[in-house]
Amino acid sequence: MTTPFSPVLPGSANPGGAAPATPRNLPQKGGEANPTAAAIAATFPAVFVRSEVIWGDTSVYVHPHGVTEVARWLHDDPSQRYDYLSDVTAVEFRDAEQPLEVVWHLRSLPYRRFLRLKASLDRRKPLVVDSVWPIYKGADWLERECYDMFGITFTGHPDLRRILMWESYREGFPLRKDFPLRGRFSRAEQLRQALSITTEGRYSMEELSVAQAFEDLPEDMRRRLAGGERTGE
Amino acid sequence: MATTTRTVEVALGTGGIDEHGRPIRTPMMVTDNGQVTTLEPPPMGVAPELEGEHMLINIGPQHPATHGVLRLVLELDGETVVRCIPHIGYLHCGFEKIGEYRQYNQVIPWTDREDYLNSIGNNVAFAIGAERLFGVEVPPRCTVLRVIASELSRIISHLVWLGTTCIDLGAFTPFLWSFQERENVYNLFESWIGARLTTTATRVGGMAADIPDGWTDQLRHFIRSFPKTVDECDRMLTKNGIWVGRTTALGVMTADEAINYSLSGPMLRASGVAYDVRKDFPYLDYETYDFEVPVGSNGDVYDRYLVRVEEMRQSTRILEQALNRLPDGPVNSDDHRVILPPKNRAMSDMESMIHHFKQVMEGPRPPIGEVYVPVESPKGEKGYYFVSDGTAKPVRWRIRPPSFLNLSAISKMVEGHLLSDVIAINASIDIVMGEIDR
Repeated sequence: MTTPFSPVLPGSANPGGAAPATPRNLPQKGGEANPTAAAIAATFPAVFVRSEVIWGDTSVYVHPHGVTEVARWLHDDPSQRYDYLSDVTAVEFRDAEQPLEVVWHLRSLPYRRFLRLKASLDRRKPLVVDSVWPIYKGADWLERECYDMFGITFTGHPDLRRILMWESYREGFPLRKDFPLRGRFSRAEQLRQALSITTEGRYSMEELSVAQAFEDLPEDMRRRLAGGERTGE
Repeated sequence: MATTTRTVEVALGTGGIDEHGRPIRTPMMVTDNGQVTTLEPPPMGVAPELEGEHMLINIGPQHPATHGVLRLVLELDGETVVRCIPHIGYLHCGFEKIGEYRQYNQVIPWTDREDYLNSIGNNVAFAIGAERLFGVEVPPRCTVLRVIASELSRIISHLVWLGTTCIDLGAFTPFLWSFQERENVYNLFESWIGARLTTTATRVGGMAADIPDGWTDQLRHFIRSFPKTVDECDRMLTKNGIWVGRTTALGVMTADEAINYSLSGPMLRASGVAYDVRKDFPYLDYETYDFEVPVGSNGDVYDRYLVRVEEMRQSTRILEQALNRLPDGPVNSDDHRVILPPKNRAMSDMESMIHHFKQVMEGPRPPIGEVYVPVESPKGEKGYYFVSDGTAKPVRWRIRPPSFLNLSAISKMVEGHLLSDVIAINASIDIVMGEIDR
């Protein structure tokens, strides 16, 4: 009847490892590094920049063009198996000299390891980095949010558009440091824009069919959409 | 027209917990000709002769069954969902941006308001992260109180989930039972912190308040009475034919898919992945508590229900152990970098007054560095990522929202299911839009 069910147990690839415990009295710098950092340095000398241990977590800096390559290896290599993407985000420092950093928080469930992968982007150039979506499907919304908030373009992402802000938002990227807390536009301008939004247009057939998907729609529906038909009418 | 007759009867056995900590059950299906098979997801799509014009419908953003301001655009073929496009962001308030303009302790009230069903759990998560960034250790009494707070918060969050999901699927009674129990926990919070929903219970280096006299007795009373409610809901639903029929084989995620889509919490565990932050990356001494991690085997809505119900029982176990070990002593750390001097000293002693003034006006300054501390919130792995440049305000305060990632898989989960099942699947994710939109 049923095949015997076996749950996926974290830490199963490392059975002799120490039992996880609440970290105590961690040093700010230094301490035991994640062995993956040395492995990345040995396997990808061309893209490895540096690694450091802060408050017990290992950060590995790589060149932006090598991120996909490293992430693919981390995901697939049997000695690493970083199968879980915790987070994708970016950090912009208040100091204008410091580059903008893109941060991937990776987790290896089989080995119970945690790794912070970082890539520095020059703020004077276009902010472009490769998407890890082909490797981790969970990166879809995380990268969209990162694009929405910081304006970083993830090449290879299937559907990179704003997610938290609306499509017609024109004030820029809210989490950038040059973006004022209250927004770029005056209150009067924000109000004017809000009042001039045609809500009906946002619920038209065309908007609902969501941009690029138009070609996938059935023939008769495309015909009706092209004629300007709206839902509910 | 070839049709397959399905679900004449669903036999189900729930027999406690096996050695892996997952609920034992054997879902089976008896077809018309008496053949017993195991349960499978319904066939995708529709029969070719029923194909026709696709229809687009819009659910939300103002719809009670979307559990918040979520908008789903569904492309339907008949009643079957061909594609689902979620739209979020209606509740976006820019928490992360505001956090960059606030001192660490001033950010804590914002954490109440993101996942507002787990506000005290967020306070605890924030405090743990900030304390690691400051390099501060808290006394044992504080740690145990935080465990109690987190587990109570897990219980109320799961109770809200249970109640609202029952309403979505047409069962009204468990909603009343679960909200009654939730009220009891809010009374406990009220007598401890003074607030019910927006608790702001922690500070960097301690708690806002110690528990009042007699509070532990109230909690013991709750621990005694609460399992009865869980059992009642369990009896009401677990073997209920309507409930089982409306939840089994819906929104199935396999273990590999669930990991690849970065699901967490009950969503991930229902798919058979025994990943629980409390076990695998412990905090608050969770490794010293004796509790099980329930794991599902099918990854459907029904399994998510079983996992959450069992988690409430396990939380009660943790609460009991925490109460038994609750030590005496101070709740706040004595680290002068983050803790205010005692009020009587600040009023009488010049140095203490200056210290107090600088702590309040300038705020404590962490060293340069960054931390990411995940905790197991009721929704899944919640993490706060802090980056500090040595000033009193974080350079970056990032919330890793579990509901956001769980919701991102909804397009995949609802594909091929019926429109009415979209409601069940959406409910099973346990979303809180405050956390998703932040």
